[in-house]
Amino acid sequence: MDLMSLTAVELGSRIKAGEVTAEEAAQAALDAIEKKEKAVNSFVTVDREGALRRAAEVQKKINDGTLTGPLAGVPVAIKDNMCTEGLLTTCSSKILYNFVPTYTAEAVRRLEQAGAVILGKTNMDEFAMGSTTETSAFGETKNPWNTEHVPGGSSGGSCAAVAAEECSYALGSDTGGSIRQPSSFCGVTGLKPTYGTVSRYGLIAYGSSLDQIGPIAKDVTDCATILEVIASHDAKDSTSVLRDDYQFTGALVDDVAGMRIGVPRDYFGEGLDPEVREAVLHVAEELKKKGAAVEEFDLSLVEYAIPAYYVIACAEASSNLARFDGVKYGYRTGEYEELHGMYKKSRSEGFGAEAKRRIMLGSFVLSSGYYDAYYLKALRTKALIKRAFDKAFASYDVILGPAAPTTAPRLGESLADPIKMYLGDIYTIAVNLAGLPGISLPCGKDKNGLPIGVQLIGDCFQEKKIIRAAYAFERTRSYEHSPMAM
Amino acid sequence: MEDLKTKQKNVISDETIEYVGILAKLELSDEEKERAKRDMGEMLDYIDKLNELDTDGVEPMSHVFPVNNVFREDVVTNGDGSEATLANAPERKDQGFKVPKTIG
Repeated sequence: MDLMSLTAVELGSRIKAGEVTAEEAAQAALDAIEKKEKAVNSFVTVDREGALRRAAEVQKKINDGTLTGPLAGVPVAIKDNMCTEGLLTTCSSKILYNFVPTYTAEAVRRLEQAGAVILGKTNMDEFAMGSTTETSAFGETKNPWNTEHVPGGSSGGSCAAVAAEECSYALGSDTGGSIRQPSSFCGVTGLKPTYGTVSRYGLIAYGSSLDQIGPIAKDVTDCATILEVIASHDAKDSTSVLRDDYQFTGALVDDVAGMRIGVPRDYFGEGLDPEVREAVLHVAEELKKKGAAVEEFDLSLVEYAIPAYYVIACAEASSNLARFDGVKYGYRTGEYEELHGMYKKSRSEGFGAEAKRRIMLGSFVLSSGYYDAYYLKALRTKALIKRAFDKAFASYDVILGPAAPTTAPRLGESLADPIKMYLGDIYTIAVNLAGLPGISLPCGKDKNGLPIGVQLIGDCFQEKKIIRAAYAFERTRSYEHSPMAM
Repeated sequence: MEDLKTKQKNVISDETIEYVGILAKLELSDEEKERAKRDMGEMLDYIDKLNELDTDGVEPMSHVFPVNNVFREDVVTNGDGSEATLANAPERKDQGFKVPKTIG
């Protein structure tokens, strides 16, 4: 039996039943990493010793009955922008090439408490800025379906690790689509929760008002189960929200009868690959067959989400990334004279091209004389986008559309034209601006055998509705393992 | 025709790139400066699309949910982590971070 082909929940239940030990599971994952890493490059850091030590500790606690949860003993990979005490955390940037955090991110701590065994840290676009994982300072990650293609980004390492079956599940983060788009490209399921649902404590900030941590796994059941563990109201994150209901697995029911599903016409216009369009509309058909009321509508303002996002995200990034100055941690330039020279040289040598591009743009839109015209204009646009979604959710329970306009592009084709690359986030970005939950799950493949993802968007705090719709659709097809999984 | 199509509306001057570099604490090479001028101009041309929208009377929305200050008692809950913190210092001297001289 190949332990890595199981879902996280399946593996967890076998461990619980005593059929498999946590050590065996960790060893299986480490063997898979050993075998596949050269071809995929999903990881920045693999913590072999730590994982085995931890697996032994967890197994003891399972044996003595202290750990009884569904994820106890299951191996996980963590995106490298979440702090892990004592374990290198780089954000895939040269400026943090040697940073060893002194504390653990709250979401990761909650996983550990539930008995997760951390295998290592996954590759990403530098500081989560990118859509391909090609801006990493530690080399690009490859798509497990076809290693000539990108895995998407910025959580490309996490999604590729799940698809290649180097881990049972992973954590990613989503600022403009960074969980949903690579999930779509890699044929896995990824969920971006409502803003404030998962603590951002210990998540290295990119766009603080947009960032959310979420699960990436083989199926909807895993995602709901993981979310239930990582979601919390955390006093250490001032934007953390106290929710009424954290029982996300309660929504794993194959029943969409009467559910109102809106299909925005503006998500199916110019730029959408016809094969993606067909596969995504097929999902609407399946849900209709199961009793959902499916209707087309006009969401509006779709084309304004990307420009508003880049103003807001870059403004926040320029402020968040001001802390990297070569004083307390990370990279410091070799030769310098005075303090400001040291800051400038360390930052210029430490950040990659995309990070610098966004810091520059962010500094500009926040500068005196441009703040109103750009930054405030973007925040007003965000308010209008939120209103458009509010209006839509007055009529629909779930919005259904593609996660990305195309399947995964070839390596090396995206970075030359940033605006074109940014346009690839057209269906995911507005969700972050409005703080909504969204899930991407596989719904087909194109003629080249690359996965296509469908995105389901819910109103704030309505994760259960998208989980229910996603689960109902998922029951109509079986999970397809990537060629790299074999 | 081609010229008109590729022509940028937002032309970023050397002075602006210099100034933004100071704000961003980045020192760009000449080549990077040229690239940054072009990139930023292109992005601003694109962002100017927002001007098509009438946002008069719309309040800027920084947070989707009402965000309030969260207060708590200032109580130490962790131990002394100074050694682990200093272990990350690019340069340290005794119990401090070493930086270039800042006052004469």
